[in-house]
Amino acid sequence: MTIQTMLGLLAQGFLTTLAIFFLTLIGSLLLGLPVALGRMSRYGVVRGAIKVYISIMRGTPLMLQLMVVYFGPSLLLGLSLPANWRFAAVIVAFVINYAAYFGEIYRAGIEAISDGQREAAQVLGYTRGQTFFKIILPQMVKRVLPPVTNEVITLVKDTSLASVIGTVEMFTRAKQIAVAPNSPGMLTFVAAAVFYYVFNYVVAFVMERIEKAFDYYR
Amino acid sequence: MVLEMKGIEKAFGNLSVLKDISLQVDSGEVVSIIGPSGSGKSTLLRCATFLERIDAGEIRYLGEPAVTTNGQGEAEYVGAAELRKMKQHFGLVFQQFNLFPHYSVLKNIMDAPIHVQKRPKEEVRAEAEELLKKMDLVKRAEAYPCQLSGGQQQRVAIARALAMKPSILFFDEPTSALDPELTGEVLKVIRQLAEEKMTMVVVTHEMPFARAVSNRVIFMDGGVIVEQGDPEQVFGAPEQERTKQFLRNYQQ
Ligand SMILES: Nc1ncnc2c1ncn2[C@@H]1O[C@H](COP(=O)(O)OP(=O)(O)OP(=O)(O)O)[C@@H](O)[C@H]1O
Ligand SMILES: [Mg+2]
Repeated sequence: MTIQTMLGLLAQGFLTTLAIFFLTLIGSLLLGLPVALGRMSRYGVVRGAIKVYISIMRGTPLMLQLMVVYFGPSLLLGLSLPANWRFAAVIVAFVINYAAYFGEIYRAGIEAISDGQREAAQVLGYTRGQTFFKIILPQMVKRVLPPVTNEVITLVKDTSLASVIGTVEMFTRAKQIAVAPNSPGMLTFVAAAVFYYVFNYVVAFVMERIEKAFDYYR
Repeated sequence: MVLEMKGIEKAFGNLSVLKDISLQVDSGEVVSIIGPSGSGKSTLLRCATFLERIDAGEIRYLGEPAVTTNGQGEAEYVGAAELRKMKQHFGLVFQQFNLFPHYSVLKNIMDAPIHVQKRPKEEVRAEAEELLKKMDLVKRAEAYPCQLSGGQQQRVAIARALAMKPSILFFDEPTSALDPELTGEVLKVIRQLAEEKMTMVVVTHEMPFARAVSNRVIFMDGGVIVEQGDPEQVFGAPEQERTKQFLRNYQQ
């Protein structure tokens, strides 16, 4: 196998990696918000349920969660699932896992905003919705950018866990190529590492630009 | 009568913080509230501005009831929508300014009139620019709060409150978070508002200021109004022992 063929195959896997990355990011960044709000709900039942969910997501391996989501429906409920369930399961598992982390990050960000902000808005007559979306949320976003960046970089690397249920993303591809007859062997892994590294480099760069864009206030 | 508070009771758990407090403020009046730390001055303003719920008593703005006491002696608030409308009658200036850091000076002032009061943007902008002129901040309209000194921030906060055209303005120690050399510029603005007959209630530790600008001084201690009256009387010839002691300690 030539190096070009190897790179071509890796690049194909990389597309799947990208898809997992972006779909997870969009889903979990959004889902994190209701998680954070539920975690701070005035209803004890909601707070408790979200707390349990977060603790399970953080307390068990993502690899195991992937298997539960993928095999669970057929093993537990006897459902027969469509062929593309594998990819859907990956996205579902990643999104609910990352949403737990983002939810906690958002909550910390919201709680760090002084009560004075909420009180000033309240006295001015803002509704609860206006106060949240105009005053709290924008300030929260700025505060959570550094910890969110950490999670996003972790996510780039975590995408490789999808291989545990046989998703052919870049990492799985690299394993397959490396053991194929007359493959470039070790070089395959080096190439995969470069892909991940460059990807993360771009992610870090973009996040830094976003943080800079919020520099106009403290 | 702009504000009428009657028989206000407020406790935090077992701690009774306001005990049967009554306060009336007439249009154009400037009332100063002084008293030792923990006497309940901030809590009184927070109850008046609905940041805290009172346990019993009555609150009226311009004669309209916001809180009444029912047969069981419990406070009953009007509905949420009515209460929000009531908030148009007053403004509050905080010790810590509490400007919105992600909004420019101009947006801090204009946002609530536009999005809460739903007034036309152009009209609000014209008024905001007038207010900036009055606060001597015209050049800082596009600045963000973090780029301003404490004194400037507090003047923006006053402008933000005034932009809502309140009937009464509350101040909770407006200069206590400022460096001593910056208190003057904020006190000057409040003094100017007093001359324009703005109705105000000012909690302050600035005794000479309170004496100079107020029509009435209230001395609070332990959740009750111990003494009130004309500033010359309260500062010059206090009747109550606790007032005398407080003012004596203050001069040292
Ligand atoms: N949210 C709260 N929960 C519990 N206790 C409170 C709360 N807010 C105020 N208190 C208590 O109520 C009392 C009165 O507090 P308040 O802040 O009204 O005093 P103050 O006269 O404004 O004092 P200072 O001059 O220090 O600002 C204090 O004993 C304070 O500890
Ligand atoms: Mg106070």
